[in-house]
Amino acid sequence: MSLDYENTGEFNANLIEEVLKAYPDKAAKKRRRHLSAAGGASEEDKGEGALSECGVKSNIKSIPGVMTIRGCAYAGSKGVVWGPVKDMVHISHGPVGCGQYSWSQRRNYYTGTTGVDSFVTMQFTSDFQEKDIVFGGDKKLEKIIDEINDLFPLAKGISIQSECPIGLIGDDIEAVARKKKNESGKTIVPVRCEGFRGVSQSLGHHIANDTIRDWVLDKGEAEAVESDPYSVNIIGDYNIGGDAWASRILLEEMGLNVIASWSGDATLKELESAPKAKLNLIHCYRSMNYICRHMEEKHGIPWTEYNFFGPSQIAASLRHIASYFDETIKEKAEAVIAKYQPLVDAVIARYKPRLEGKTVMLYVGGLRPRHVVNAYEDLGMEIVGTGYEFAHNDDYQRTGHYVKEGTLIYDDVTSYELEKFIEGVRPDLVGSGIKEKYPVQKMGIPFRQMHSWDYSGPYHGYDGFAIFARDMDLAINNPVWNLFDAPWAPKEQPLAEAAE
Amino acid sequence: MPQSAEKVLDHSSLFRQPEYQEMLAKKRESVEGAPPSEKVAEVADWTKSWEYREKNFARESLCVNPAKACQPLGAVFAAAGFEKTMSFVHGSQGCVAYYRSHLSRHFKEPCSAVSSSMTEDAAVFGGLANMVEGLKNTYALYDPKMIAVSTTCMAEVIGDDLQSFILGAKEKESVPQDFHVPFAHTPAFVGSHVTGYDNMVKGILEHFWKGKTAEKNETINIIPGFDGFAVGNNRELKRILDMMEVKYTILSDVSDQFDTPSDGEFRMYDGGTSLEATEAAVNAKATLSLQEYCTPKTLEYAGSFGQETAALHYPLGVAGTDELLMTISRLTGKEIPAELTKERGRLVDALADSQSWLHGKSYAIYGDPDFVYAMARFILETGGEPKHCLATNGSKAWAEKMDALFASSPFGRDCKAWAGKDLWHMRSLLATEPVDLLIGNSYGKYLERDTGTPLIRLTFPIFDRHHHHRFPVWGYQGGLRVLVTLLDTIFDKLDDATGEAGADISFDLTR
Repeated sequence: MSLDYENTGEFNANLIEEVLKAYPDKAAKKRRRHLSAAGGASEEDKGEGALSECGVKSNIKSIPGVMTIRGCAYAGSKGVVWGPVKDMVHISHGPVGCGQYSWSQRRNYYTGTTGVDSFVTMQFTSDFQEKDIVFGGDKKLEKIIDEINDLFPLAKGISIQSECPIGLIGDDIEAVARKKKNESGKTIVPVRCEGFRGVSQSLGHHIANDTIRDWVLDKGEAEAVESDPYSVNIIGDYNIGGDAWASRILLEEMGLNVIASWSGDATLKELESAPKAKLNLIHCYRSMNYICRHMEEKHGIPWTEYNFFGPSQIAASLRHIASYFDETIKEKAEAVIAKYQPLVDAVIARYKPRLEGKTVMLYVGGLRPRHVVNAYEDLGMEIVGTGYEFAHNDDYQRTGHYVKEGTLIYDDVTSYELEKFIEGVRPDLVGSGIKEKYPVQKMGIPFRQMHSWDYSGPYHGYDGFAIFARDMDLAINNPVWNLFDAPWAPKEQPLAEAAE
Repeated sequence: MPQSAEKVLDHSSLFRQPEYQEMLAKKRESVEGAPPSEKVAEVADWTKSWEYREKNFARESLCVNPAKACQPLGAVFAAAGFEKTMSFVHGSQGCVAYYRSHLSRHFKEPCSAVSSSMTEDAAVFGGLANMVEGLKNTYALYDPKMIAVSTTCMAEVIGDDLQSFILGAKEKESVPQDFHVPFAHTPAFVGSHVTGYDNMVKGILEHFWKGKTAEKNETINIIPGFDGFAVGNNRELKRILDMMEVKYTILSDVSDQFDTPSDGEFRMYDGGTSLEATEAAVNAKATLSLQEYCTPKTLEYAGSFGQETAALHYPLGVAGTDELLMTISRLTGKEIPAELTKERGRLVDALADSQSWLHGKSYAIYGDPDFVYAMARFILETGGEPKHCLATNGSKAWAEKMDALFASSPFGRDCKAWAGKDLWHMRSLLATEPVDLLIGNSYGKYLERDTGTPLIRLTFPIFDRHHHHRFPVWGYQGGLRVLVTLLDTIFDKLDDATGEAGADISFDLTR
């Protein structure tokens, strides 16, 4: 399934050294450990399917002043894990900004009537003022919870997403949550996801997972939910542009019952029901492995990773998931794969000739830098560089199963490094975030946002693969890239073609 | 199977196909624990009632869908308007990712800024080490001519002192002693992004002006204020100033920084007020702010150098532009050229041509205080009624000014200014006292959805329409563009309402 191409490790190793020259010594020393050209996999790892060894340091504090692309724990909790839970109100607790900048920006699709029974694309904030900092915000928080219950009676619960000041001024949001839960009977979840905690979004994911464990699952007087031998949970799919829906439809077609979707398009009840499932299916390992491990220990639910990007991985994942169930499910999984094969063939027939051999550099969050690799390869494209904002060591280990030896690997890349790497490698496409989009495009290099799917999607599942292929084609093969040079400009290197 | 390679359906149509509709209905039915649809409908209706409105306006602590951001955003925006200036925001790093994203999403442009990336240990020990190391790295990597330091609320809560930290960093040779590192404390829990703008512009001026004695010259300084339309507006402003042959310095001009060309080169810095000009601006005879609520401290500071100061409220519309020209004329002694008078006449001509379509239309307007004032003033000029005027970051003094504006026109009789209210309040206003049109930003699309009021996007941030900010709304030319935008919405709405085949009474060719 892996495409046959080679990356030149030596070129990349030299490029890294070149780029590090700009740094002061201390910073260069720190940054060097986060950058590498993927090495060869050990024989042992090869036996387990590894293609390369991507050993870089990760999950370490960003260096001040270098323009890290990372966000914070609040972004990991409110923005990623909690925000999509649709029938709860999530209070951005602190000053107005955090909630304002993250308002409606993650495209977690959901059904429901916003402002009435669903609240995802709203910005609830305690809008801290100086007096709240000086005198504490607990009283205000109590009042806010009362006002929410009053004005939004169909909200099933409330989460309190702490911004930086909360942990610094010594507020006791847990006490407020307990008090208000007793008064109202509704689930109220205090989350200590202050932005200064940890080194990236990642700790926010972990803290959010822990609060689901402590304030939802462990408190769960969950009503009896129907569960059968085929009940599964989708974990770590945030339904960006509808990803979880394009996944769910396949799981249901193969005879499984998805009783909870965490946390894209989720309800509080779905959080509560999850321990009734027979198997946890985890897509974004980075952000939700914690709760899977907990459910395994506490509720005895096994979990397994899957990958719904691109037909090779989808088919492999469907078979892998089916392997946990009986023959009927296995047969249905084969039937699903067969049903969609003509679509896959048609998509590849249409787009592969337009994309074959095109090179791609990725820089995304904690999953996609490896998970989308085969989807590109299914279209004949080659991954020449990849890196994560907030991966841990286990993510880089997994990455070795996806990328080839010699691939440029960059952890917590700085804007400076990314620009220089792109200049050096001149890929045909870069996939990263909104902050990277415009600088890259100005350089004449096609770009797709790979957090928000650039306002497109879904990219998961077979339906999503068609959209993914279309989008990569429209990015790369748009005529605008040939308009960059004025006809009268002195002929230098043609831009878009230079990468070939 | 709804999907095909020939006609790829993305989210906008895919999930409306029967396979997905069925799946979603089943999900809601079987696993979501959702309230019955009758209950949802009942509550939805209730949220649009007068009873709900009263409850909603009785809120004391909760803020829902505010129309304001926090101070450092304004500081980063202001700093971007100076030559080769890198914003350095001292505090947590996630904030900086947010400011950059927010500005990029609006301008569809790069936005560069760095963070001192403070974490838990800095919360305990203070962020001096982060400042020392951070300035050194920024200076080495990004080749700035100036690093403008502002703060996130984390650094403010723990009480980091920028002035002493920057001195300390210079002592440790993070940057050369004479390198420009102006600063502004920008606590997110005070004011809003317009306050941060004020603090940063003042901080930069203080850096260059402190201890200087002004030697008056003929130049005037102009401070545009926080403005999502700065790209178009500042260029229009410069055109007008050049026509008037005025010597001027725009203090913070982001028009090139947020509008760089695509030609193969990524320009981290482009344009902006030169540092030389910024320093020399102390000698200006006057400083004019185009947005009073963005500049109270800065104007006071300029005044302390003996400069005459004046402030406008976003020069949009006929009288708004008249005031701009007359103020500049008064401050500089330059005459308003005939060509501009002619432009004025053309805008008035256009208003006259279209007056029957505008007269009596009612509006809701929200945004920053100066914008709302200007927009309401222009609506009054068209014979419209700006019924609900809301600024989350508006003060009592602003509301009083708005009241005076309403009192100046018969069309302002039933109009009200809502200071400190948010867009959930606005939802109640629109539901209980409907208006014809809503003027605001992209967030207004939720109000449009919930209340059916057509939205016109004329202020920051605009995420879901492209390039509007590249064209001015200031000046008589800008007024034309605003006028056309209003009219297009009115005509489109009318055509939509009358254009059904077989029932197309009033679907007129000429209007």
